[in-house]
Amino acid sequence: MSVDLRTRLGPVSLPNPIMTASGCGGTGRELGRFFHVAKLGAIVTPSITPEPRAGRPAPRLAETPSGVLNSTGLQGPGIDVFLDRDLPWLDEQGARTIVSIAGNSVEEYAEVAKRLNSAPGVTAVEINTSCPNVEDRGLMFAAHPTAAAEVVRAVRTNTRRGVPVFAKLSADVTDVVGVAMACADAGADGLSMINTLHGMAVDTWSFRPRLAGVTGGLSGPAIRPVAVRCVYQVHAALPEVPIIGMGGVRTGTDALELILAGASAVAVGTANLHDPSACTRILRELDTALRERGITGLADAVGLAHKPAGTLIRRIDPNVGVGEPTEQESLQ
Amino acid sequence: MTDSSPVQVPGTVLTMRRIGAYQTMTLVAPGVAERFRPGQFVALAVGGEQSSMLLRRCFAVREVKPDYGGTVEIVFSVRGKGTQWLAGLRPRDIVDVAGPLGRPFPLPRYPVTCVLLGVAHASAALFPLAAVLRQRDCPLHFLLGGAGTEEVHGARGARRAGDSVAVATEDGSLGSAGRVEDLLASAIEGAQAEVVYACAPLETLRSVSRTCAGYGIPAQVAVEEPMACGTGVCMACVLPVIGDDGATHMVRTCVEGPVFRGERVRWDDVGTIPFDALGAPRALRLGERP
Repeated sequence: MSVDLRTRLGPVSLPNPIMTASGCGGTGRELGRFFHVAKLGAIVTPSITPEPRAGRPAPRLAETPSGVLNSTGLQGPGIDVFLDRDLPWLDEQGARTIVSIAGNSVEEYAEVAKRLNSAPGVTAVEINTSCPNVEDRGLMFAAHPTAAAEVVRAVRTNTRRGVPVFAKLSADVTDVVGVAMACADAGADGLSMINTLHGMAVDTWSFRPRLAGVTGGLSGPAIRPVAVRCVYQVHAALPEVPIIGMGGVRTGTDALELILAGASAVAVGTANLHDPSACTRILRELDTALRERGITGLADAVGLAHKPAGTLIRRIDPNVGVGEPTEQESLQ
Repeated sequence: MTDSSPVQVPGTVLTMRRIGAYQTMTLVAPGVAERFRPGQFVALAVGGEQSSMLLRRCFAVREVKPDYGGTVEIVFSVRGKGTQWLAGLRPRDIVDVAGPLGRPFPLPRYPVTCVLLGVAHASAALFPLAAVLRQRDCPLHFLLGGAGTEEVHGARGARRAGDSVAVATEDGSLGSAGRVEDLLASAIEGAQAEVVYACAPLETLRSVSRTCAGYGIPAQVAVEEPMACGTGVCMACVLPVIGDDGATHMVRTCVEGPVFRGERVRWDDVGTIPFDALGAPRALRLGERP
């Protein structure tokens, strides 16, 4: 029995649901030394800004229990070099590229989106509305539904049809569902969640913060339950909006957990730092996990945690239609 | 590209020894040895499969051998929980190895006199380099340093591989008292050295680069900036380095390094984003769009 791992993100279809998380997979070249990047559902780029960014001073990373704190400060070459050097390489490799974009103002987001329009090889756009890591904490768009919606609207109107726009949300808000609804209303084709959680660590020998940027974003398995909760809540409120789930995924069953909570695709972040071939391993493990549970199609597993206990496959889903009975079910 | 590509393999611990203040571990890691070039490093996952320590620990390679499909030897000091876990490994234990990673030392085309300077366990990286330079008939002069006798790594190996060895310890317990970089100027003059290779903490490398600039000879330095992934995805190990275009870039030690031309690194600005670095935050000029 082979498992159908194909998944849909709005107008786009991916061969499988596993992708790199923004800022955790490099430009693709780095991990490309360990596996073929086209094997993944997609490669999500680091957040692309209009101008080059040098990022924050070192130390930028601190290891915490089952987590990593970072204050990288969105170091990147800017849109020009990205279009010139990184995107064509990904296209050449046959990878599907989701371009994460960031900016300091609504106009900057719109500017990057406009530049991407004429570039070949953009599968989708992900708006980084939520990185708590940029210079000015006050500019976290994801903290306010109206600010988030404004950015989404600007990017959506500057992106050509057929290229879905995903809004990446922060879990550092009181009501993630409210922000998600505002983004969906503003035209987001889908939602990505969650970004890193705002955190801090202090060195007990030097008595100083362990990051030069003082505070940073917490990622890794430590935050997975928060990710599962956000995906679950948003999927419950907006069942028709596709979700890319991320946050501490390390194994195939971790990915399955997010899928059951409502994610149509899963991005792997910090695990790439620990294990450069994590993405392909997780893809393999997810395939096995689905097969072991008698699930033949990935789409059948999306949001299963919302169904009453005992519901396995036979259900009516607007995206899928009536599922085929599984072997297990036919036997019963 | 494929040849220089690193591999990720489960490594098997072959031997674990304590030499002086440091642990020396030999791993069977097929594929790493034949790809390795002096100056490159390996990145080890620590804590086992379900580890709560997510960052890799990166180590310079002391020696590679073709035995058992390829072995790799590293030298490290126990500094935190990760290295403590590594030091507790026994023969036949498994540890995930990625490597070889990073840019190797550039090698001279003709036999030239080299000074090889190393401090503490960072000296380990000099030995595979020395072996290759020897094959090219380069006269080699070692300068080794450390806090005390226990912290000087590889004095015996240096005597075997080099034409001369000078040692400096900060407490004066071995060789001359003081820092090893203080011996560099006289070593360069005495041997008429044409290139200096150095593996040491940043402070020492800064001084080495300055001395070499004074003599107008190249310094090839391997930095041991703490790395977190070793593969280039995390952007943690950045240093301000002047590129071929003359501009300062924040470059990753693990991909663009760990070996740099000493005069290219802006040593005084390490730990900062220099205001003139590419993409540095800048003050708004009057009338400029934010």
